[in-house]
Amino acid sequence: MIGAHFFSNSHTVMANYSTNEFRSGLKVMLDGDPCSILENEFVKPGKGQAFNRVRLRNLNTGRVWERTFKSGESLEGADVMDRTMEYLYNDGEFYHFMEPDTYEQHQADAKAVGEAHLWLKEQDECVVTLYNGTPLSVTPPNFVELEIVETDPGLKGDTAQGGSKPATLTTGAVVKVPLFITTGEVVRVDTRTGEYQNRVSK
Amino acid sequence: MSWQPGAGLEQLRARAGLLATLRRFFDERGVLEVETPLLCSAGITDPAIEPLIVAGGQSVAGQPRYLQTSPEYAMKRLLAAGSGPIYQIARAFRDGEAGSRHNPEFSLLEWYRPGFDHHALMAEVADLVCACLGPRDWKALSYRQLFLDSIGIDPFLQPVEELESRARARHDLGNLSGDRDLWLDLLLTHEVEPWLAGQGLCFVYDYPASQAALSKIVSVDGFAVGQRFELYIDGVELANGYHELTDAGEQRARFVADNERRLALGQEPRPIDELLLEALEVGMPECSGVALGVDRLLMLATGERDIRRVLAFDWSRS
Repeated sequence: MIGAHFFSNSHTVMANYSTNEFRSGLKVMLDGDPCSILENEFVKPGKGQAFNRVRLRNLNTGRVWERTFKSGESLEGADVMDRTMEYLYNDGEFYHFMEPDTYEQHQADAKAVGEAHLWLKEQDECVVTLYNGTPLSVTPPNFVELEIVETDPGLKGDTAQGGSKPATLTTGAVVKVPLFITTGEVVRVDTRTGEYQNRVSK
Repeated sequence: MSWQPGAGLEQLRARAGLLATLRRFFDERGVLEVETPLLCSAGITDPAIEPLIVAGGQSVAGQPRYLQTSPEYAMKRLLAAGSGPIYQIARAFRDGEAGSRHNPEFSLLEWYRPGFDHHALMAEVADLVCACLGPRDWKALSYRQLFLDSIGIDPFLQPVEELESRARARHDLGNLSGDRDLWLDLLLTHEVEPWLAGQGLCFVYDYPASQAALSKIVSVDGFAVGQRFELYIDGVELANGYHELTDAGEQRARFVADNERRLALGQEPRPIDELLLEALEVGMPECSGVALGVDRLLMLATGERDIRRVLAFDWSRS
């Protein structure tokens, strides 16, 4: 019988999902790791066994790969939740986040934060992915506004021409900015590409 | 859920034009259009095809009715009753089959040709496809030759362990397990079909006897083969045909064997279609028959790569 049925583990009640319920974004357990389904392709010879070719991302390692299942097989759902949280501070070892509605705090280690540390500004809202209640990864906002702490002196009047130079932000991130931008200015950056968007203040 | 159709007006017009072309093709050849029930008292025993079942309603009266996975059994009863060559454009239903080339409810063109063997019917299928898509060359490879040419594996002689290790060398298959046919199906879908994508219009015929389905089994070069064929166009599987099994005793044995495999796989056995067996007992003419996916033919005619773009309302919108 195909369909979700339920059982409990130590953390919460998770459903089982059959291959025909696999959708992009569904979180499942595979070989002991939480994984996110990216794509699910149903293939079947004219007659005979049908298969699902599934692209997954291992949420622990970030690895993306394809696994083939017999159609109708099922996987346990993973207790993975995305929560919007406020970034509080870094104590040197852990990054601290707070859920705005409950004030519940979570600490994430450097592995969970990963590249996101380049874009974390105190009091900004981020998405913290919890696995069994513990931060697994952190996604910064798509756009952040950060101050430049170091860049070569600006070239006056050079606002229209192309050309760029590296600038170091308060978080340590280095982005390419137009030549007219100077130290102390705040710039808006797309965190998905690491690209400068515009100047926020003079 | 959106109220709007997933297909554009252009695709709706292309479908209407295609249906007209199909009917003209058969009319010119003296093949009779027929209709048979979509809801029947028996379904299919094939372990790899799951029907949708209607279990409620006054007319059903406690005896579930099976939405037909193809109109094959009813059409064979017409053949046994002396219909002569017949075709049908019908809706068919298969549970759990959804994807870029599958919809659980789809349109099948099915036709039967008394006096044709599977090679004669392949030639007619090629004529029909050319009438719909424009003239093009076609070729036919045996299943054995197909595997040898595409991946250098002999599907009849290679030990099953080598089929599995070949598949595992190139694909992450987890704890997938199964019999020889499963590994052949896996290599076909994962390795051979991508090769077929570069082969244009290509028939594959004479399948391993274990995959004969409802085709006659004969011996070719010392191998038992089912006289079954599949049509691929640019790697898209479009049609499945048989030099039809006409022996009632053999047909019953295959239904029973299907149900034994279903039980072994943990599936419910299905009631056997006794009406078809009675018709075969009386006598069905020697013939070949084929079922062709109309929605996929429309995809090829319109250049769409996703079946949801040629259906007015696919499963998620219906």
